[in-house]
Amino acid sequence: MNENEFEPKIVAFTCNWCSYAAADLAGTSRISYPPNVALIRVMCTGMVDPAYVLKAFELGFDGVLIAGCHPGDCHYISGNLKADERVKTLKRLIHILGLEDERLRLEWCSTAEGEKFADIVKESVSQLKQLGPSPYGNVTNKVAQVAM
Amino acid sequence: MDRNGHRRIGVYICHCGTNIAQTVDVEKVSEYAGTLDSVVVARDYMFMCSDVGQELIENDIRELGLNRVVVASCSPRMHELTFRKVCQRAGLNPYLLEMANIREQCSWVHSDKDLATEKAKALVRAAVKRAFYQEPLETKEALINPNTLVVGGGIAGIQAALEIADSEHKVYLVEREPSIGGHMIQLDKTFPTLDCSSCILTPKMSAVGSHPYIDLMTYSEVEEVSGYIGNFKIRIRKKARYVDEDKCNSCGVCQEKCPWQVDSEFNAGLGKRKAIYTPFPQAVPNIPVIDTEHCAYFLKGTCRACEKFCDAKAINFEQTDQIIEVEVGTIIVATGYDVFDPSVMPRYGYGKYDNVITSLEFERLSSATGPTGGRILLKDGREPESVAIIHCVGSRDQNYHEYCSRVCCMYALKFAHLIKEKTNAQVYQMYIDMRCFGAGYEEFYKRLSQEGVTFIRGKVAKVTDHATTEEEKGKLIVVGVDTVLGNLMRVPVDMVVLCAALEARSDADKVARMFTIGRRADGFFLERHVKLDPIATPTDGVLIAGCCQSPKDIPDTVAQASAAAARALALISRGKVALEAAVACVDETRCQGCGRCEEICEFHAPKIRKNGLISVSSINEVLCKGCGACAVSCPTGAISIKHFTRQEILAELEALVGV
Repeated sequence: MNENEFEPKIVAFTCNWCSYAAADLAGTSRISYPPNVALIRVMCTGMVDPAYVLKAFELGFDGVLIAGCHPGDCHYISGNLKADERVKTLKRLIHILGLEDERLRLEWCSTAEGEKFADIVKESVSQLKQLGPSPYGNVTNKVAQVAM
Repeated sequence: MDRNGHRRIGVYICHCGTNIAQTVDVEKVSEYAGTLDSVVVARDYMFMCSDVGQELIENDIRELGLNRVVVASCSPRMHELTFRKVCQRAGLNPYLLEMANIREQCSWVHSDKDLATEKAKALVRAAVKRAFYQEPLETKEALINPNTLVVGGGIAGIQAALEIADSEHKVYLVEREPSIGGHMIQLDKTFPTLDCSSCILTPKMSAVGSHPYIDLMTYSEVEEVSGYIGNFKIRIRKKARYVDEDKCNSCGVCQEKCPWQVDSEFNAGLGKRKAIYTPFPQAVPNIPVIDTEHCAYFLKGTCRACEKFCDAKAINFEQTDQIIEVEVGTIIVATGYDVFDPSVMPRYGYGKYDNVITSLEFERLSSATGPTGGRILLKDGREPESVAIIHCVGSRDQNYHEYCSRVCCMYALKFAHLIKEKTNAQVYQMYIDMRCFGAGYEEFYKRLSQEGVTFIRGKVAKVTDHATTEEEKGKLIVVGVDTVLGNLMRVPVDMVVLCAALEARSDADKVARMFTIGRRADGFFLERHVKLDPIATPTDGVLIAGCCQSPKDIPDTVAQASAAAARALALISRGKVALEAAVACVDETRCQGCGRCEEICEFHAPKIRKNGLISVSSINEVLCKGCGACAVSCPTGAISIKHFTRQEILAELEALVGV
């Protein structure tokens, strides 16, 4: 990584059954991707409260990834479809808040798609690099500086 | 919390040999973890999952009075259970363990040691924060119903059913065809020993048919599955046979007298059967069914020849489908595979040329119970003078299936042997690679090489009847490249056998949804762990066996089916199972009783109950799977998921950025 280049911070909410396992598979298969992403394991993407996404942006994350099972493969039948509906609404909401809707991404990865997971991370990082830092990222940093 | 209400957290960083330590500075992470709020001890060790590592944590819990444990190592999918047990042994509630995945999601995917170390620190920080807010959970147990459902009556289902029933536990074996036997009963000889498939399978089939502990339901399909491990409720549709099973004496007169002929599924379309039929003479049960799509009585309202000639008065045109409900504790899904249809690859001429046949058709042709009585003949009744066997049709082909179907090389060798044994034909094998991996397989390959079979390495481009020389006239010409010699080849033959791929059942998606099983990209059912748990699925109590999981040969199928049976028996013998502890719970002071949770839950766990004047939601913890859909949709935030509370997740999120 270049010292001066902007490095986006991404948090990924991944479901225990598919996408978290896909990330594990990327690891087991030693498919590398940039360290800009950190995963939070949830049992199902249907468990991801919109508040988590908004909080993540408030905290200064440049991108939020929600990754679950392919439609039809949800361990809880339809949790991923519920997440899909919520993400559509959330995208409109973050747009109103002045964030590009590309900063929120919903993806499907099966347990077998380690390579796909790595590709999604790589793509997200380069896309966010083009978009530049989140405006809330700067605010949070400034607040933090003032506080110090 | 200790007596003063304080958290006492221990953090354990694993080197995993060099797996983690090579890219993450484990000592630095450990040192850093020691500085975090509420952390009273932070240690690193070579293998935290080893006995020594586990003892280290156990001793610390006891001696330092830890009330939360964080292990930073491999994926929780790998060792969460191991470390939960460590906590339990030391008297700590197992749900007070949190793991940071610094191997699969850090050291193995990043190469820059400084950045990987920083990320590992952040993951540990987040895990510590989450652990801080975790609460002990109570694990409940459910009793296991000792009955088992086996879905599919091929060799996998037969094997699993017999293993369980022989231990005197009840099995419901459901098969949608009129007889059990599956694909294996269609095969002629089996590689590499050349045992006759019927000879080794029919004794097992009749054992199933007469077993006092097996309730065999053929011509039946599972329609609905509800419940959970130990307590499944199954709805089975027993389709109308139009033959009274109690009265029928299997004399076969109905089939003789029925005037209507249909292509036989058992003979892969090469022979005929009647509209009232048993698929083959050794069928179990040996009771015919009426195919209403071809029976004249059902189509036109006249005929009833079968009824006229049936002395036992077993024909019953008024019979209707029956719905049967059974309760079982474990389910074994063994629904098998479909054979790839090569007509979608016009270059091989299947469906266009009479003497281009599939592997399954060849099996029937060569079988003594087949349409030619086991003689290998061309469509016009001649014996072939030359036969080409084309490997990998639909397998190892990015346009169709990328996977290897695993059995084709070996059955192709078997075909060559059978052709050599029964005819004087010249046999050509057109292969990409010979994959002879099992016991005795390579030896069989060597034997065939000495039986005068010609092996040509190269993928076939097309099969044509367009002759360019006198020799090719009236023949099928197999055109391709011989990649060993580097030549174009044109091989004129009389018969072409296509080694068609094994593919996932066309309705595998429906079956997967019904039993809540995952599927791979290729459509086959997904096992819980590819190496260490090839029979379990994400749904506790639902096991898989045989080709529904991936293409495999008979020995592997039998081994997997026996393993599934052993797993089912282990559950039965234990008699009880721990239920999911991380389920939804309702804060009744916030619940308005709106019923949104009831609407959204797929498992019917929340119910609105009247409590005096107030209505509040209550969760049936046995039905709840802990998916969290209700918690997110609850407008007042009254529902939370234990172990995944808002507080825990937001704390983890904040800690990731160092707040």
